[in-house]
Amino acid sequence: MSTKLDVLKHAMVPDHTIMSEEDVRTLLSQYNITTEQLPKIFHDDPAVKAIDAKVDNVIRIVRISHTAGRAESYRLVIRRPKK
Amino acid sequence: MPSPKRIGKIEFGLLSPKEIREMSVRKIIWADTYDDDGFPYPQGLMDLNLGVIDPGLRCKTCDQKASECPGHFGHIELAKPVIHVGYTRLIRKLLRVTCRTCGRVLLSPDELEKVVGTEDDLTGDQVSEKDIKKERVCPHCGEQQLKINFEKPTTFSEVLLEDGRKVEHKLTPADIRARLEKIPDEDLVPLGINPAVARPEWTVLTVLPVPPVTMRPSIILENGQRSEDDLTHKLVDIIRINQRFKENQDAGAPQLIIEDLWELLQYHVTTYLDNEVAGCPPARHRSGRPLKTLSQRLKGKDGRFRGSLSGKRVNFSSRTVISPDPNISVTEVGVPRAVANEMTIPVRVTPYNIDELKQMARNGPNRPIVNAPCGANYAIRPDNRRLRLAEGNLDTVADMIEPGWTVERQLRDGDIVLFNRQPSLHRMSIMAHRVKVMEGRTFRLNPAVCPPYNADFDGDEMNLHIPQTEEARAEAYILLSVEENILSPRFGGPIIGGIHDHVSGIVMLTHGLRHFTKEEVLYLLRFTNIEHMPPTAKEENETEYWSNKQVFSQILPKELNMVFRASSCQNCPTCKKDLCERDAYVRIIDGEVESGTIDKKAIGAFDGQIVNRIIRQYGMRRAAEFIDDLTKLSIRAIMLDGFSFGIDDEDLSKTEYGQIDEVLKNAALDVERRIKIYEDGQLEPMPGRTVEETLEMQIMQVLGKARDQTGQIAGRHLGLGNSAVLMAVSGARGSMLNLTQMAGCIGQQSVRGERIIRGYDDRTLPHFRKGDRGSAAHGFIKHSYKSGLNPTEFFFHAIGGREGLVDTAVRTSQSGYLQRRMINALQDLKVAYDGTVRTTGGRIIQFQYGEDGTDPTKSAFGDPVDVKGIVESIIKEEV
Repeated sequence: MSTKLDVLKHAMVPDHTIMSEEDVRTLLSQYNITTEQLPKIFHDDPAVKAIDAKVDNVIRIVRISHTAGRAESYRLVIRRPKK
Repeated sequence: MPSPKRIGKIEFGLLSPKEIREMSVRKIIWADTYDDDGFPYPQGLMDLNLGVIDPGLRCKTCDQKASECPGHFGHIELAKPVIHVGYTRLIRKLLRVTCRTCGRVLLSPDELEKVVGTEDDLTGDQVSEKDIKKERVCPHCGEQQLKINFEKPTTFSEVLLEDGRKVEHKLTPADIRARLEKIPDEDLVPLGINPAVARPEWTVLTVLPVPPVTMRPSIILENGQRSEDDLTHKLVDIIRINQRFKENQDAGAPQLIIEDLWELLQYHVTTYLDNEVAGCPPARHRSGRPLKTLSQRLKGKDGRFRGSLSGKRVNFSSRTVISPDPNISVTEVGVPRAVANEMTIPVRVTPYNIDELKQMARNGPNRPIVNAPCGANYAIRPDNRRLRLAEGNLDTVADMIEPGWTVERQLRDGDIVLFNRQPSLHRMSIMAHRVKVMEGRTFRLNPAVCPPYNADFDGDEMNLHIPQTEEARAEAYILLSVEENILSPRFGGPIIGGIHDHVSGIVMLTHGLRHFTKEEVLYLLRFTNIEHMPPTAKEENETEYWSNKQVFSQILPKELNMVFRASSCQNCPTCKKDLCERDAYVRIIDGEVESGTIDKKAIGAFDGQIVNRIIRQYGMRRAAEFIDDLTKLSIRAIMLDGFSFGIDDEDLSKTEYGQIDEVLKNAALDVERRIKIYEDGQLEPMPGRTVEETLEMQIMQVLGKARDQTGQIAGRHLGLGNSAVLMAVSGARGSMLNLTQMAGCIGQQSVRGERIIRGYDDRTLPHFRKGDRGSAAHGFIKHSYKSGLNPTEFFFHAIGGREGLVDTAVRTSQSGYLQRRMINALQDLKVAYDGTVRTTGGRIIQFQYGEDGTDPTKSAFGDPVDVKGIVESIIKEEV
């Protein structure tokens, strides 16, 4: 019995997708920021592992929001620092 | 101003003896401070090279005057090294993890790798004492290690085994320093030390920095005597002992004396650095007061960090007790004349205001009555010299004033000031009010602004701050004024509104249908902004009458349309609307109340539907006017009939007391019956619960129901004519439960949601039999506050009441700390112009504020648009 759990299918896990380089460029110019100013997510986050994202990828997260209905946010994948 | 820079890195290291000598401007050798002429001794503790504090003298190092010279460090050469108390932990660790002969870390390369990892894959861990096994052999030189004992505050010793006995051999600071010196640089990195900035032997002092005079100034007492700073006293001790130590050493004194002196030197240096070390008697002043040395200057609430850097005291502020004044506007604050005379606002003199300001200067600093024009306390010349205005120089100074001067005039009516009550938990804790100078010694505020400050008048004090510049005043007026803060960003509704008697009064005015004569109407509306009387409602015996709803409608805006249910609404299955017997169906058409009682739901703080609608339709300023009118009208309304509550208002008739007894008797019997079932083993447990738990729940339920029934009986008898019922129903204060407890029955006392079970073996009190599960034995109080409690009931009541007190105490401290941590995490975040929430570094926290970009203040109780309210106000009907 080793059915692997797919976290992405869980009702409470929002949609994670890896953004293309082109999309990242428009995103950064839209907000006039560098990747450093994006919110971060660790490379060993279960959802990040599930979509097979690598360090320095930017992930688009689309979640159902109480206030807005649908809310998009973006996170930069970083290495989890050692303690 | 220099542009802000990003911090690349911060380095923490130790001061090396070399650095200490380099930064020193003078070697200090004499313990004396000043000679007989009051001149500092050269090479003494007050040496002129260390900076100057006396006016007139110049610093020998930088040649600046007293207030300009920042001060310079000196140094003392210690006769022998001493341990720095702040680093005893580090020294202990280093002695225990390194070899006593070769100084290497007591780990083989393999073992070391296990702890810190390889060069490419560091674990981020550092070598700790736990990683080294006790009394092992050095893997590098094969030396047998000894156990290191540490005794607070600064004693280290090695444990030797001699003839099978353990013998402690004391390590002198010099021994320790020698051992620390032996630790090679490359072995320090895995210990978490950067050898470039912190060699371990620097934790043992050989030279002591002497802080500049400017940070330990001596003060001159009234009798002309000099009194030195605590730090100077301590330095004097150190130098004296150091001197004696040197002399003894040079004279070749016996080892015993040397050791004693060494320990004494260690003690003085230790207390100089930290006078609150465990296991070390604090150094005391001649008066017996412990000295405030270096560590004490930094630590604690009044220390450098919390007292001087994070928190500072301000000028132009005042603080006193608050008291209520329903006659002033919510936007005003009553300021005592004594405060208004002391506090000032600077006004620049121009050709346009020169006559007015000259008159103020002539009025002087003493305003005799509140209605007198304000005076001035200071006049400031263009060269920034301050002239204090006092009786005697008023006219001379006033005549000198010309454009370019500044006059510090006193506070007067209409000035904008900031008013604050701690704890300042949300932004409405500081609001801008307009000054109203009053007699008396307290700040006065309209009781309607109590909710945002969370103030009451049982001795609360509040602070007042006077903005000093035009910009500050404009900002206060536009952003902080009471009118702008009626809506709370917490829930998008009004936080200012009628409270307590305002609600009672407005209910007494608007409930049902009443008629008033012209005199009465004018009495009620006297202090509101009404210009015309409305058309009469009816005429009888040649007297004109106006209805109560008409009177209230006068303070409403003319185009207001809304339909809602009052607090007294019982949520009947089918609403009778206009025919509601409680008059709880409120309908306002074109600013006229057609039906319904105005109560907490309509005008109360936190709920105020009418206040809310006025804000949306007409803005905050109109709402503030409405609240002012409302408070005045309601106070007059409550005074028209009078309102009081006394012990006999809780009286019931014989029938009710009979009914209550009946209910309680039946409940007690029911409990007995259920206990019987349980004892016979017939009780069917509820799913997931034991039989005992089931019984307890049933008993709680039966007793709870019984108490509610007594409340209903009491409520039925008392009715709206009773003040307590009126207050409870209208939401002004208290609840029906309070009334139940006063007139009916107090009910079950509980600890952690259960009946009271603690106490003696199988019983709560010796008054009961063991194993008694009855209602009275476990904290059910069948009496009311009016009828009085019997001794056991009183005891149970105290138990239950205490839990409530403990709960609130714990809750406030916990939630306070939680809030503090959250505020610290969120501070300096702001919403940028593109709608993102960012830190000061431009890092994005949210891509849209709250994900929908909606200001909670402008939302309608959480929803972005109040669709229902808008529709209702247009079709003038309930949807």
